[in-house]
Amino acid sequence: MLKWLEKNLPKIVMAPAVGLIGWFVYGFVLWTLYISFTNSKILPKYELWGVGQYFKLWGSRKWLIAVDNLLIFTALFLIFCVVIGIILAIFLDQKIRAEGVLRTIYLYPMALSFIVTGTAWKWILNPTLGIQKMFIDWGFENFTFDWLVNREMAIYTIVIAGVWQSAGFVMALFLAGLRSVEDEIVKAAKIDGANLFTVYWKILLPMMRPVFFTSFVILVHISIKSYDLIVALTQGGPGISTTMPALYMTQTAFHKSQVGLSAASAMMMFMAVAAVIIPYLYSELRRENAR
Amino acid sequence: MQGSLQSSSYKQLEQKSKYTNIFLRWFLYFVLILFASYFIFPLYVMIVTSLKTMEEIRQGTLLTWPSGLNFDSWAVAWGGRGYGAGDTYLKPYFWNSIKMVVPAVFFSTFIGAMAGYVLTKWRFKGDKWVFLFLLFGCFIPYQAILLPMARTLGVLGISNSVIGLVLVHTVYGIPFTTLFFRNFYVSIPSELVKAARIDGAGFFKIFFKILLPISTPIIVVTVIWQFTQIWNDFLFGSTFSFGEAAPIQVALNNMVLSSTSVKEYNVDMASAIIAGIPTLIVYVLAGKYFIRGLTSGAVKG
Repeated sequence: MLKWLEKNLPKIVMAPAVGLIGWFVYGFVLWTLYISFTNSKILPKYELWGVGQYFKLWGSRKWLIAVDNLLIFTALFLIFCVVIGIILAIFLDQKIRAEGVLRTIYLYPMALSFIVTGTAWKWILNPTLGIQKMFIDWGFENFTFDWLVNREMAIYTIVIAGVWQSAGFVMALFLAGLRSVEDEIVKAAKIDGANLFTVYWKILLPMMRPVFFTSFVILVHISIKSYDLIVALTQGGPGISTTMPALYMTQTAFHKSQVGLSAASAMMMFMAVAAVIIPYLYSELRRENAR
Repeated sequence: MQGSLQSSSYKQLEQKSKYTNIFLRWFLYFVLILFASYFIFPLYVMIVTSLKTMEEIRQGTLLTWPSGLNFDSWAVAWGGRGYGAGDTYLKPYFWNSIKMVVPAVFFSTFIGAMAGYVLTKWRFKGDKWVFLFLLFGCFIPYQAILLPMARTLGVLGISNSVIGLVLVHTVYGIPFTTLFFRNFYVSIPSELVKAARIDGAGFFKIFFKILLPISTPIIVVTVIWQFTQIWNDFLFGSTFSFGEAAPIQVALNNMVLSSTSVKEYNVDMASAIIAGIPTLIVYVLAGKYFIRGLTSGAVKG
């Protein structure tokens, strides 16, 4: 008995982690999947109903708006975060004075919650006392900046705040990547007469492929899950113009009491994340095995 | 710390384009400072707004310097106005968050350390799959577990309580903490452990006597990561708690959204700063570890 215990001790110690994750992650996802095939309203029902919830979901105008918004947000969020992140990383890599201070400034938003960020941006972007008023007081009398309360433009305010929060993080990833490149490679290229631009464009950036990949995965992941920022900044408004899938899911479940429908939307989110993550994990694992 | 990029032959090449270089240099600093101001702008606005009176806010602009150091709105944000109903302030919720963060960080870190230890130093058949099994938990969108979690907390009788949130954060922290510790212990030579095993040291003795003493850096990274994630969480907090058990981010959001009488932006900003200060302090004091956690476990955002 004691011998068995000793032999299996590692597995026993491992058990809580595996058990908790098995139950609370895999078990729960399966439960949600099952519920998405039922006609559950306020309380979950366990009688199978088929794929009706998914038809209902994709026929709902609000969900389609949410998906649209997600695509717009993801595209812009990705482009701006990556472009700003790369520019900052390359510029910081030029033996800059006070690099530490600048880096700290670029990255500090990552330490704040989206609720704090959203609260601050909401105040800055509000038309009566925020940026708009600042420019009017400075003498630009016809200056208008009402994106926050404008149905067409409100989604872009979320992009502004989101990029502000996450661009520094991409900068950190690329800076680490650039610093890990051997100096010899850069030196050799320069002796061959390549200028700084060519060195980065033709040599260093192509070497950053894995960093691009990682940033892509992480940013898409953040944007699919984005919830807090929208709650704090627009609450999905004006109207439903800035609804996103994560917000749709919680509203449908906890305010509209459409448990089955919200489970279906959660599963759509799950599949979207899985489509990005599984290839990523696969490639990471392969890289690790190759080492 | 950038090595010796400037060798002599390379320097000669650079001489040729001295003037373009000076221009580029200025351009470089200009762009860097421009972005720095974009990043610092909201923090600046938050701080000055929190120090102004509402009258000053209406008269000045976002950037106007406050007339003096006026901490009234901070006092209101922290301790309320002193009248009964409808007076929301952050103090009790701040403590809720502390009561939630401390045990959740402790348990998740401990479980992750043990799991990382087993996965690297007591390898068994299929351990790679077990790791992958846990790792996937880093990525799931939590929307896919909200509904069953709400039911489970209800069944356990701990919905809308700090204990419930401790459970939730512990469980969903495990994939990250395991990842951190596993990646750290992988780099520690297994010979160390093997030698100790030959000397007769057991499972726990090896962990506490050999690995734990050298684990300080990764413990710091993990604790900072978990602290930041849990302190800043809003989704779990707002779904599984309301009223008195709410953590600070939920309370902040409620305070800002409550539309009673006139909107007091100075109080809103003071509240936002109070809710953000603990993680900001950690970031400023231990930025190096913060960034290390971010770049190695960065999947959650």
